[in-house]
Amino acid sequence: MSFFNFGRKGRQPKTAQTAKDRLQILLAHERSSGGPEGADYLPMLQRDIVAAIRKYVPIGDKDVDVRMERGDQMSSLEINIELPKAAAPAKK
Amino acid sequence: MTTELKDKPPLGRVIVVTSGKGGVGKTTSSAAISAALAKQGFRTVVVDFDVGLRNLDMIMGCERRVVFDFINVIQGDAKLKQALIKDKRLETLSILPTSQTRDKDALTKEGVEQILNELKTEFDYIVCDSPAGIERGAQLAMYYADEAVVVTNPEVSSVRDSDRVLGLLNSQTKRAETADAEPIKAQVLITRYDQSRVDIGEMMTVEDVLEILAVPLLGVIPESKAILRASNVGTPVVLDGPSAAAQAYEDAVTRLTGTELEMRIVEERRPGLFRRMFGRAT
Repeated sequence: MSFFNFGRKGRQPKTAQTAKDRLQILLAHERSSGGPEGADYLPMLQRDIVAAIRKYVPIGDKDVDVRMERGDQMSSLEINIELPKAAAPAKK
Repeated sequence: MTTELKDKPPLGRVIVVTSGKGGVGKTTSSAAISAALAKQGFRTVVVDFDVGLRNLDMIMGCERRVVFDFINVIQGDAKLKQALIKDKRLETLSILPTSQTRDKDALTKEGVEQILNELKTEFDYIVCDSPAGIERGAQLAMYYADEAVVVTNPEVSSVRDSDRVLGLLNSQTKRAETADAEPIKAQVLITRYDQSRVDIGEMMTVEDVLEILAVPLLGVIPESKAILRASNVGTPVVLDGPSAAAQAYEDAVTRLTGTELEMRIVEERRPGLFRRMFGRAT
């Protein structure tokens, strides 16, 4: 805040602030998921989704693609399921 | 160049980045080396072996996108393809994060071998970021390696630990245990090198370190402010604008891929008197 600091502001984005923001978002997620174990629901979720879809369409384990983007306000979960060519319209 | 390489079968070289001692720059170096390899057009994946203390994701800037990890794949909860995170900056670069919640006992020799074999069918370089220490995680990170980058600071405890790790590379690895296999090609990468302190005799020289360790030199990375800045924003230093450290890593990677390159010690630009008093040092 001294005289010598004038002109510094805005010249370069402050990477230290970026570091702090990234850590706060990440640690909020890691702590809220209850530490060890709690964070690992995604494999189970994926298994359940595959099982549910298999009731109707024969898909393989590799046909499911789960993406996640964690944010400070909200996170998004994106699930792409590749359906086999022949399975698209159900037979009769 | 990229398209040329893509048409070729993958090289499938496994490189472990290891050191024994913690905090010398293994993860920083793994990130920089893998990004520099990918930049040169090599299909590259960087794998975090530090189970329970995941940090490569932060240094690579993909921590918000981790869904599945190495351990999920070993335990059959996810396919390898689902756990790989594609880098958003370089299409030739992928990251395989480790688990933050399990411990190192979740790593098995068979599991690691299976994953590495699968990665070899798709990637030119598989960079294994070893945990510190010489226990299970570190042993498995080096076990299947073809080459090793031993990260060393010009400082007594780091050099001592590097010597110990070099011994393990020559005895406790697949190549060491296999009769008539070529031994692991181990090279030392000196990091946090400060020429000004070397000049006044406060820091061991590159020659001092090499004389003690007696292995070839891959490169010398100068102490550089660019490293912390890059880690703050989650960008490998070679992708975070020009810097002495980035140049030194690029040089090291050029040597890693087998191109001869004269060793030069890139120095960080020193701010002049005026800049030191009034400006920000870059």
